[in-house]
Amino acid sequence: MAEPLMRPKRKNPISRTRLPTLPPAARSYAALGLTAAAARGAFELQVCRDCSAVQYPPREVCRNCLSQRLVWRAQDGYGELTTETVLHTAQELFFRERLPWRVGMVRLDVGVNVIAYVHDRVGVSPCRVRIEAALDRAGQAVLVANPEHGRHALSDDPKLREMTCDPRTRKVLVSDGKSEVGQAVTRALVAAGADVIWVGEAEPWKKIPGFEALREVPQVKIVPLDVTDGRSVRELAGEIGAKVDILVNTADCHRTFGIAARRGIETAQLEMDVNYFGLLRLAQELAPVMKARAADGPTGAIAWVNVLSIFALANYPPHGTYSASKAAALSLSQALRAELKPAGVRVINMFPGPIDDEWDQLVLPPKLALAALAAALVEALKGSVEDVYPGDVAQDWRARYLDNPKVLERELSGGERSV
Amino acid sequence: MKKAKKAKARRAADKAGSTNAAPNLRGRLSTLLAPGGVRIVDLTQTLSPGFPSIVLPPELGQSRPFRTEEISRYDERGPAWYWNNVSFGEHTGTHFDAPIHWISGRDRPNNSLHTLPLEHFIAPACVIDCSSEAAADADFLLTTSHIVTWEKRHGRIPAGAWALMRTDWSKRADPVAYQNLDHTGQHTPGPDPDCARFLANERDVLGFGTETIGTDAGQAAHFAPPYPCHYYMHGAGKYGLQCLCNLDLLPATGALIVAAPLKILEGSGSPLRVFALVPARSDRR
Repeated sequence: MAEPLMRPKRKNPISRTRLPTLPPAARSYAALGLTAAAARGAFELQVCRDCSAVQYPPREVCRNCLSQRLVWRAQDGYGELTTETVLHTAQELFFRERLPWRVGMVRLDVGVNVIAYVHDRVGVSPCRVRIEAALDRAGQAVLVANPEHGRHALSDDPKLREMTCDPRTRKVLVSDGKSEVGQAVTRALVAAGADVIWVGEAEPWKKIPGFEALREVPQVKIVPLDVTDGRSVRELAGEIGAKVDILVNTADCHRTFGIAARRGIETAQLEMDVNYFGLLRLAQELAPVMKARAADGPTGAIAWVNVLSIFALANYPPHGTYSASKAAALSLSQALRAELKPAGVRVINMFPGPIDDEWDQLVLPPKLALAALAAALVEALKGSVEDVYPGDVAQDWRARYLDNPKVLERELSGGERSV
Repeated sequence: MKKAKKAKARRAADKAGSTNAAPNLRGRLSTLLAPGGVRIVDLTQTLSPGFPSIVLPPELGQSRPFRTEEISRYDERGPAWYWNNVSFGEHTGTHFDAPIHWISGRDRPNNSLHTLPLEHFIAPACVIDCSSEAAADADFLLTTSHIVTWEKRHGRIPAGAWALMRTDWSKRADPVAYQNLDHTGQHTPGPDPDCARFLANERDVLGFGTETIGTDAGQAAHFAPPYPCHYYMHGAGKYGLQCLCNLDLLPATGALIVAAPLKILEGSGSPLRVFALVPARSDRR
């Protein structure tokens, strides 16, 4: 039985902070489809449109009929662990630092053999298992064999735990705690067992009732942070940057204007300053030190979460300038993800639909409850995903976007369908 | 030889102080500014990102707080030099309000920053000490009767003078205490409507200055008219100065205020360096 996630010992201050090593990251173009699915928590394999054969490993043409018409389809992952071994030696530095390592071969019920990491809770082979895809520290998909029944978190396995960003015992910075989302996220992180949550406070003279209550929570430390002020971000990064394991960027400016409904660009500039430049300022000041601490043992920096919006995918014209600022933030988050990847720090983007908060007042339900958004965020940290579309509206938008972005644009522009 | 003669002639002219109607200004100024002559008092708060800016409902247009972004600092972006890009609303930090700032002053002549008469940039100050009243009541309102009482002691407020309301509010270093907001809005002292009207119309002041974030009281949105100091002052072509400090270092009368805002095309106001020239004898008062 694996040891539960306990508070790690403090690091000996005279020992060097090690540099991060990553599991093998090279993948073929075809294999990136596995990663794309795993990034949102799905296990997909290629299926042949002509003969229905399931493929593994990912490839260009069907192993059975040589058709090129292979499409990614969700799989239930059931199969049998036919054989297993425990690695005691490895050339790869990542594994070398973590041996021994349990791997096995699984015969999926759909007829292919896969190599998978074997979860600590899985019994001795041969036995029934269920495969899930997860993102490793290199940001690439790997397959994990779980027990067939029951749900076992990756963090229940001391080795696989590294693929998660479980906030338990972690130190977290929430960039803006004054918004309704910021408050909900902070409370969810407290419930998830975070050790310390630094909560940013901008414009301290504006008193927000729910925020004042956060001051009473023992794990919460209110810190001055205004993402529109480079000096403020720099000062906070200097003070606590080297302690932050997880950064959750909740700073958001949401005004509800299109182009014609608001003269001038001041309001759009403010949205951009918070939603886009705010992320850039945080990234410039905090990402370097997080990269440096990525391998700081079990207390290293592990994750960066951006609360974006489903409007980042396609412009919702009634909130046109806001959508544009979130699209800019999405684009920048991809650059951040690329820059943090060599260190193994995961960038998770949340794409909620309209939230049940002040600025979506006139959007018709369903709206995402604040607590549901916060719960999805914590769930994402506990798992191994990087793109999260919480709630029905976000799921629907995403599906329509993937189906045909142009059609979605038309739908949103003409009032044929709304959010 | 010719040059020397010219210089000699100029010195003589300076001494006489009459040839081109320019007295020996430099000499007289340096005598004045020598220790024991005139004291210079800075009335300006430091422009910094943390200094509070005016709070309005979020759906309204917002004044941008002071922000600074480094261009280079002796580094690869500019090896030998350090400089910043700054941005701020016109009404940020210690700042000047021109008549065009308010709708009541929109049709006044010379009402925006680039058309202001130069002679208004140096003017005498009357400092009305309301510090104990403001300490006792954050919503303290200066009334016409306070002004009349003040005038009995210090003389009538001359036309063209700044009326400065000293509250010691600038000593509130904590921005939260400085803003003093609660769920009913801001609680800071200011003039009541009749006082603002009286100073603008019956005393013909140059303008009204405060230590708080506006020339109006914190609750002035609920007055009739709303924001009376802005309404009456700017309607009469008068100016405003706010977020002043060190008013406690000024005599009730006798100080000269130097307040020259930036020359912004159609500007409604600007941050500025405000200072006072105070006769040394006032030290002994």
